[in-house]
This record gives sequence, C-alpha cells and structure tokens, in this order.
Amino acid sequence: MDIIDCDLHAGAGGPESLRPYLSEHWWNYGKQGAYRAIGYPGTTHTRQFVHGARVDSWPPDGGLPASDFAFLQEHHLDRWNIAAAMLTPMEAAYLPRNADYARALCAALNEWQCEQLIDRDARLGGSLMVVAEDADAAEAEIRKWAGDARFRQVLIYSRTSEPLGRRRYWRMFAAAAEAGLPVGVHFGLCGGGAVTGHGKPSFYVEDHTNMSTTFQDQVTSMVCEGVFAEFPNLRVVLIEGGLGWLTPLMWRLDRAWKLLRAEVPHLRELPSTVVRKHFWLTTQPIEEPPTAHAFDAMIEEMGMDRRIMFSTDYPHWDFDAPSHALPKTLSPDLRRRIFADNARALYGFSDPSQER
Amino acid sequence: VARRVVGTTKEFPAGSRRIVDVDGIAIGVFNVAGTFYAVLNRCPHQGAPLCAGVVSSSLESSEPGEYVVAGRHPVLRCPWHGWEFDLSTGRSWWDPAKSRVRVYSVHTEAAATFPVWVEGEVVVLDTATKRGADS
Repeated sequence: MDIIDCDLHAGAGGPESLRPYLSEHWWNYGKQGAYRAIGYPGTTHTRQFVHGARVDSWPPDGGLPASDFAFLQEHHLDRWNIAAAMLTPMEAAYLPRNADYARALCAALNEWQCEQLIDRDARLGGSLMVVAEDADAAEAEIRKWAGDARFRQVLIYSRTSEPLGRRRYWRMFAAAAEAGLPVGVHFGLCGGGAVTGHGKPSFYVEDHTNMSTTFQDQVTSMVCEGVFAEFPNLRVVLIEGGLGWLTPLMWRLDRAWKLLRAEVPHLRELPSTVVRKHFWLTTQPIEEPPTAHAFDAMIEEMGMDRRIMFSTDYPHWDFDAPSHALPKTLSPDLRRRIFADNARALYGFSDPSQER
Repeated sequence: VARRVVGTTKEFPAGSRRIVDVDGIAIGVFNVAGTFYAVLNRCPHQGAPLCAGVVSSSLESSEPGEYVVAGRHPVLRCPWHGWEFDLSTGRSWWDPAKSRVRVYSVHTEAAATFPVWVEGEVVVLDTATKRGADS
C-alpha cells in the first residue's frame, strides 16, 4: 500500500543536536534552564507513557524516541514501507516567553531539519517552524526559506494566545500564501492557551479528548474573521485533532451564517463551502466509532474525500497504525486518497509510479 | 508440538519476560513475582507488539479521590495505546467479554520429565491447553 505519513515527530533528542544551529549566547541561555522547554517534559499533566512515547519506540542507543535516525528509518519508515513523511518537530511547542530565544530556536530547528533529516532521506518533507505569536519573526522566517523545496508547509501549534483568525496572525498567513506554502496547525500549546475555553483541566485524559475542541475554535475563528476572503489561496492543515467533529461544526456554522451573516459581510459563501475549500485534516488520533458503518457515514457526511490525509504521530503513544487505523470498509479509491494521493497533491511529494 | 520447554527457570527470573516463537506465532512468556503467564504478542486493537508493554497492577476506585492498587492479577498495558489486559485471563479492562487477547497455559516442572539437559526446573508452554480461569 502507498502510504504518506503526515505527522512524523522526528526528534532532536536533546539540546546537543541543536547546538550547531544556535549562537553561543542562545546555547548558554538554554543551558541555564530554557532547554527544559526542549523535549516537552514540563507539561501540566503526567501521561502514562514516559516522554509521551510508545514503549517500543526507545532507540537502542539510549537516546530519546525518534532521535536515532537509523532506528527511526528502520522502526517506522521501512517497517511500514512509508513513501513520504512530513516532519512535525515538537521542540518548539513549548517555546519560552523570551521572543528572541523563541525565534532563534525556530531558526535552529529549521536548519536542523534540512541538514540532519531531509538531506539524508528523500522521503522526508520539512515543516517550517515559526513563532505564530510574533508576526515579524514569522514573516521573516517564511521569507528566508521561501522557494526552498525542502519545506512543504509552515507549522504552528493550535493553542495560540488568541483565536487564529485575528488580524495579528494575518502577516504570517500572507507570507505563507505568498510562498505557496500551506499552514499546518498541529495540536500543542505554543501560545499558552488552555485546552478549553474555561481553563486547564485536571487530567491528561481530558486534555487528550479536548484536542479536537481547540481546532473547532480555530476553524470558526478563521472562517468568520474572513481569513480566506483575504487570502483566497491559503490552505490550512489541521494536524492531530481527528476529524469527526468537523461535520456538525459545519452544520452549526451554516445555520448561524444564514441568521447572522450581516455581521460578517466579508463571509460571502456558506461557511461549509469555505471549510471544504481551504482546510485539510490529518487522521490521527482517529475516532473509533463502535461500528464501521458509523465511521463510513462520518466520512461521507464530511464531503472532504480529497482533504483527509493519513498520519501516524510516531513515536507518540497515541500512534495510529497504517494497518489498523481505518476500517476495511472504506472503498479502495478513498483509501488511496487518504493514505497517499491527497498528501501528494497538497505537499507535492513525487509519485514513484509516474517516474518511469 | 503443543508442549514445549521455553527455558529453564533460571533463565526466567521474577520480573523477566521473553518472546518465544511457536511455529511462527510470537508468544510472550512472563514471570511476575514467581507466577508464569503466556500471552499472544499482538494487541487486538491496532496490532501492537503487546508483550513489549509494562506489567503493572490494576488501579481501582469507588469514588473520586480514591486510588486503590488492586491486588488481583497483574495487568499488561499495551506499549502503544495503553489498553490494559489481565495477564491471567487475557480479558481487557474496558470490555472483558469482547476485547481480549489469547493466553496460554504455562507452568514449571522438574527437568527430569524431559530429556535431561539441565538440573532443576524448566518452563513449559502448552499451546493446546486453555489457561484455567483460576490460574
């Protein structure tokens, strides 16, 4: 089966591997404690898996999961015969408040991806890490790399400090649209926003379940604020929020629009039309309804057969296995689209079957 | 052969485990505090190598704020998603009737009953016999 994985967390494995890409000052600054932010141990909830990783993903060299390049290739890419994968570094998900350091860390992660991963394995596509909260930095970093084919999307995290449609984020969208790059929004707490609109819950099981609600907020905001009226070529990928929630959200948005559209006259089309045109979604962590029929109905009601893209989230504990994550009842056509064609069309990975 | 020696008891100290290949089927054999268990190395959820998971006790609670480590059978927690299985019965915590992993009969016996190549006891896996509910 042809598989493209749209969420692969290859890891830097600790500060040492980023050292060549940081200035002496930021290296020293990091050593004083900011590196605790790298590797995400400092989250608010204890998870039942160390480092949030699959128990079998710890490499034999004793390093952190997905940090040993050869083991990553063998244990994941080769094991599942994955044709291509999008890198989604998490080291920037817990960026420090110091904006200059955050900027330096994103720049380091981008160079690190190119030199240590993409240049060593043609299957890998890069995510251009930017600081969503800092428009100057985001714009500058996108312009710096625009046109470099190693980066196939801009990447930010879902828990921004304000709803993502707000105009403070528009310069980032403008730069991404101009560079022809989709904006990936991966679940995570970069801007420090709580996972719910009411604050932070007690348990990780709540945080994990509520991943999808942060995406619901962002879709509503981006559509209603007119981001896509302003940037008609902008493509947004929602990564690690599942997808079952989107259909009822589109129903609610469409209904509200009919009642209240005069408040937002820039919203000239049915919200569901805007959503289907501009948003892509990755599958993991996939919903598991009690019957395959319910799953098929969920996909059918979405009407987004060309927008859903398979992802594993390797090496994280909530990994979705290519062999089991989607029910066997999906049609062969739809399987092909979800597992590879949609990602290939969006990210521009080459198709080996076309290269003979 | 349904009954086979998978090692000596010395090779299976308490807390150890091994994956053994039985005619192409991977089975995990565990020694948990002196009691032996054998489980198919495949999670029924998404096919993970189940026997790479952590062995722990089951946690129970009768009200919020109460955390009781249950002293019954040990549970095996899947290395991918954390689904819990009773090591003795193979039944999952969340749906004991329908979601379960195959378990096998395993015991120790004197090596003398087999062609003698070690002293002491050996660990015998019997894939033809269902593990008793009370074992």
